[in-house]
Amino acid sequence: MTAAAGVQHNRYWTNTKRLFGSQEGILLLLLMLLIIGVGLYNPRFTTERNLTDIFNANAYIAVAAIGISMVIITGNIDISVGAAIGVLVALSGTLAVELTAAGLPGPIVLLAAWIAPLFGGMLISAINGLFVAYLNIPAIVVTLGTFSILKGGLILIAGGSTISALPDGYSLAQQDLLGLPVPIWVMAVLTLVAFAWMRWSRTGRSQFAIGGNAEAARLSGIDTRRQLMVTFIVAGMFYGIAAVMFATQYNTIQTVVTPGLELQVITASVVGGVSILGGIGTVIGSTLAAILIRTIGAALVFVDISPFWLRAILGVLILVTVLADVVRRRRQERM
Amino acid sequence: MTTANPARNGSEFSVRLQGILLRQETILFFILIGGVFLMSFQSDVFLTPENLLNQGRLAAEIALIALPMTLIIITGGIDLSVGSIVGLTAIMLGVAWHNWGLPLEVAIVVALLVATACGAFNAFFITRVGLPPLITTLATLALFRGLAEGIAQARSVSGYPEWFYILGQKDFDFFGTATVFPNQLFMVIIGIIAIGAALAWTPFGRSLYAIGNNETGARFSGMPVRRNKFVIYTLSGFMSGLAGWVFVSRVSTTRSDMGNGFELTAITAVVVGGTSIFGGSGTIVGTVLGLTLIQLMKNGLALSGAKGDSTTIVVGLVLIGAVLLNTFISNPPARLKRLLPGQD
Repeated sequence: MTAAAGVQHNRYWTNTKRLFGSQEGILLLLLMLLIIGVGLYNPRFTTERNLTDIFNANAYIAVAAIGISMVIITGNIDISVGAAIGVLVALSGTLAVELTAAGLPGPIVLLAAWIAPLFGGMLISAINGLFVAYLNIPAIVVTLGTFSILKGGLILIAGGSTISALPDGYSLAQQDLLGLPVPIWVMAVLTLVAFAWMRWSRTGRSQFAIGGNAEAARLSGIDTRRQLMVTFIVAGMFYGIAAVMFATQYNTIQTVVTPGLELQVITASVVGGVSILGGIGTVIGSTLAAILIRTIGAALVFVDISPFWLRAILGVLILVTVLADVVRRRRQERM
Repeated sequence: MTTANPARNGSEFSVRLQGILLRQETILFFILIGGVFLMSFQSDVFLTPENLLNQGRLAAEIALIALPMTLIIITGGIDLSVGSIVGLTAIMLGVAWHNWGLPLEVAIVVALLVATACGAFNAFFITRVGLPPLITTLATLALFRGLAEGIAQARSVSGYPEWFYILGQKDFDFFGTATVFPNQLFMVIIGIIAIGAALAWTPFGRSLYAIGNNETGARFSGMPVRRNKFVIYTLSGFMSGLAGWVFVSRVSTTRSDMGNGFELTAITAVVVGGTSIFGGSGTIVGTVLGLTLIQLMKNGLALSGAKGDSTTIVVGLVLIGAVLLNTFISNPPARLKRLLPGQD
């Protein structure tokens, strides 16, 4: 009896340890400590409105980070994500304005402007995937190239103009559903769906296998090229969704690529515990990291630190994350 | 029966010729000549010494960064933090002079020391702690830029004394005779010669190729792998500092967003120049040709009326084209392989 209870207790303890020993657990703990700590210092921080704003503002980064986490887990990288989102944002806004001007009925215009970026993202990523999977060119080089092409192409076509006079109802990201802003719902649902897909689908499982050891994955019968291609295309769809969330959050759209957006997305993924060497990570981690990053940014104002220090803090955060990961792995190896 | 493989006949000369012709540097050189030829029809201004040398002035900062970047990529590493070091150097220069009241000469030295320390910081985490270069320099890309932003608090510094602008804005004064040769190109040329010679002809340079091909093998054969890697990442910081100094002198002002995206342009130039992103191969000559090609293409397009940054399209196309070419040369499709001599 007592022995069984001991086992029970042990298992409970191991599970607890596993939760807070994982990157996701640590991030959750940090997030809670930060919110409580800053809230005690300045109660205005923990008002419901402020917290909702925090969760809302980085939701598109979280969604894009889901896509890039898949790519990084396969051992690849995507530098073009920021430029792709910039182009897709412009695509969405342009479609909304042009189709309205062409006299199409409202619902069709909205549907087109919300759906087209998804296909656009899949197309852009499919081109990247083609070069990476079938022509064996390193992802960092290919996506550096498409980054330049997309960034330059957007300036060439749109010239940095501002799109305004968007049709009624276009602002998806500003609407509420059951008391919460739509982006929070999108972020939460997509994170859970992507987590399940990566955990239990054939492509999801093979992403980890390819990132762990691409040659071994190929020899054990995984069609690595095809699975890489699918991964890139699915990631592109997430960039498309992120672009729609970005495009619809304000009443005007700037047709320029946000500088450094790719780094924000990659940072969320890496701080979330996705190993840049591939094979390890979850999208729950990357979403929590996206929220944590935004929370730190918002908290600075409430504790009277200049927001200009944010990037330095993020740099330290990445470094600490990776160092903690190294320490953890060395300890595991010793055990 | 005796003529089993016609390619074998007189193969030595053709193999050697093919070796020279199929080098990325040679191919780049011909593409460069062809590009310059075509663009000289587009605009009367393009093929003048003034314009070409002015392009050299504009490309000088990236050139200073691309030189050590070549060494780093040859070892199979990468440095994403260079653009942020440029920004931090610029801010340190401005702050040390304007806010701390140091003489400008001392402020320049302080800024260069900070830049070198940034490089050594990267080098420490990469060689001593053993973190991957991509992630280390991704972190310091944010960290160094963040320090620049935090120190600057969105204030810019300008109004430097006149002598400070000689480096970045004036042409070489040859004993009172005005030339059209930008001063900062001397710094670039010294860098090309020093780093190019070190890479090609010293044990240090050879060891970088060995590290890129097989790091463990290089260590077991007794090469100072850690020390040499430490040197190149620190050098990268120092050269980014020089680039920051030249940049401030050229544009007369200090802002915290200076050098944004330089890392991507420098890496592009290195890869276009034929250095393999996997490490183990590449030359300084290739990098110089790659950067020249990119800068002249951008200039040619701008002269024929392309808007602002839209010229980066050509940078992306050249990059992907060059890598496809590189892959194609080192591993031609089987059908073509049979036609070429000396590949079997």
